[in-house]
Amino acid sequence: MIQKNNIAIKVENLSKAYQLGQIGTGTISRDLERWYARVRGKEDPFLRIGESNDQHIKSESNVVWSLRDINFEIEQGDAVGIIGRNGAGKSTLLKILSKVTAPTTGKISGKGRIASLLEVGTGFHPELSGRENIFLNGSILGMRKKEIQRKLDEIVDFAGIERYLDTPVKRYSSGMYVRLAFAVAAHLESEILIVDEVLAVGDAEFQKKCLGKMSDVSKGEGRTVLFVSHNMGSIAQLCNNSIILKSGVVDFIGNTNYAIKKYLAHNSHVESFIKEPKNIATQILSVLILNHQNEQKNVFLFSEDIKITTEFQYANRIPDLTFSIIIRDTNENALFTSHFNLREENNQLTLIIPKTILLPGNYFLEPVLHIPNIQFIDQIPNRISFQIEDTGGEHSIYNSADLGFLNSPAIWQ
Amino acid sequence: MNEHEHTWSIEAKSSLFDLKLNEVWAYRDLLWLLVRRDFVSFYKQTILGPLWFFIQPLFTTIIFTFIFGNLAGISTDGLPKPLFYMAGITAWNYFADCLTKTSTVFRDNAGIFGKVYFPRLIMPLSIVVSNLVRFGVQMLLFLILMAYYLLTGAHFSVSWAICLFPLVVILMALLGLGAGMIISALTTKYRDLAFLVGFGVQLLMYATTVIYPLSTALEKYPKYSWIIEYNPMTPIIETFRYGFLGEGGFSWPSLGYATAVTIALLLFGIVIFNKVERNFVDTV
Repeated sequence: MIQKNNIAIKVENLSKAYQLGQIGTGTISRDLERWYARVRGKEDPFLRIGESNDQHIKSESNVVWSLRDINFEIEQGDAVGIIGRNGAGKSTLLKILSKVTAPTTGKISGKGRIASLLEVGTGFHPELSGRENIFLNGSILGMRKKEIQRKLDEIVDFAGIERYLDTPVKRYSSGMYVRLAFAVAAHLESEILIVDEVLAVGDAEFQKKCLGKMSDVSKGEGRTVLFVSHNMGSIAQLCNNSIILKSGVVDFIGNTNYAIKKYLAHNSHVESFIKEPKNIATQILSVLILNHQNEQKNVFLFSEDIKITTEFQYANRIPDLTFSIIIRDTNENALFTSHFNLREENNQLTLIIPKTILLPGNYFLEPVLHIPNIQFIDQIPNRISFQIEDTGGEHSIYNSADLGFLNSPAIWQ
Repeated sequence: MNEHEHTWSIEAKSSLFDLKLNEVWAYRDLLWLLVRRDFVSFYKQTILGPLWFFIQPLFTTIIFTFIFGNLAGISTDGLPKPLFYMAGITAWNYFADCLTKTSTVFRDNAGIFGKVYFPRLIMPLSIVVSNLVRFGVQMLLFLILMAYYLLTGAHFSVSWAICLFPLVVILMALLGLGAGMIISALTTKYRDLAFLVGFGVQLLMYATTVIYPLSTALEKYPKYSWIIEYNPMTPIIETFRYGFLGEGGFSWPSLGYATAVTIALLLFGIVIFNKVERNFVDTV
């Protein structure tokens, strides 16, 4: 193995266990009650049962491993995304890295100062002015007073609060508050920056600014960034490598684009419609929604074609019989409809929605069999929903803004 | 490589005797900013501001003078009664504030401790220093009262032991800090212990020479006075009184004993505090 010198963080056999039930009830009186129950041979009155990290499996022991034998290395200047479902151990990993809680076993070693941003504005006091809070928050994050003094103008400028610098932060709008808090953390002179989902707050423009700043931090200044987010678009934009955590173990480490695909593939569930042929002449038999490899999915990448295959049966030829698929948004507004005039020879049809047409979001499709303007023949009882996930296109920086549903074909000139 | 670059490691177990004091030093700016925050926020939230600092000791002194001095007739070693009680109250309040505020440090700061790392010892230290401001204001009140009695020609005299005042303050602070940290570590597991603290501190006051002089206790209850003598706060308050008012059971061995107990409690407090701090986030 090649010895690498530029490792910023090295995690070895890291595990974290949380104990349930056994560690005590929180009060002496209840602990005495429990002790008395045990003495009499009765059941523990405060035992919590059925709690496990994998919520579907009832575990035998009181120990839940939130992280189990995690090993990875992060190179200096790398921006690494951490992806995983709720409860996969992302927060625990960040907490251990930020030294908020200690690991149960294992070791993390690293080089350079860590600044962690698990929450925006930790330690802000509403009565203190913006300036006082910059100093307080900065020093909580580990900056020296001199350092903050030097960066003050930059921080104030980034947050855009010059006029309110000496106003108590309780009078700030929530946007200003968040901007100020992020500005302090972003200007911390640290070699490693750990950020947890803070971009979920603030307006679209500010989110763009934050992502830009974080990108500067990693690409421009060569600092290491660890970033947890549920927004695949932000991860794709910022991180070159990603770690997928799954029930406390590392599922994958490597290229972000691949990691996102893998993660989404695992998280997708199948939505389809299949029914037994009934004894009516004309009907829809099945509707499946597939990716380009003909796998049934309901989550698609923005950069992925969507394939809808349908089957029907009809006994005798009906002139003008038409099959239509309507794509609707979650508010039931129709976005577009594709029609097909059926002839006797087709009882199978495939519709391709080309990639980069639908913007990231949730949609559903409604297949209808009808004779236009004359007769409605059949539709399916349940809706088939699907989701488009962001992969870091140019629009992903506006992730909370209302951009509509369709990728604009208009051209700037 | 710049000056900040250094290697670090996070491990499952840390040495019990690593007091992490160098880390506390590195965060000293935070300590002052927290003290400032406490002061400013207290000042801004009340109309009367620091005036509240005066009211509590003043009224307690008046009540003690009437109940214990006049009604119960407990001796004050020949000192003017208000002066005797205020000396005890001022010193005791500082110790009691340090203890009670430190004992809830984990609970009060659970939010911030759960989100960002800084040496946790900074928090109790900032409490002790913040309370120093309040203690200073109360000392001022005590000095004003002293000046009043001096002008009216009451019988008392400042003794050489007043030079021990800085030591007395440090001992009170560290004793409160040490005991408070031990309790804070225990309350993370047992919340109901917190109720005991307020009550316990009150009881402890009666086992300290706040409302009576040590000489009277020794005289009236020779059998049980060891409880009072072994209480490390007793020599501290006696020294304080002896220094400012010239009366009190001061002796070097007893002050040495109080110092030894303080150091022992403080070291034990830091060790147990550091141990609990590592995992406390998981249990709240």
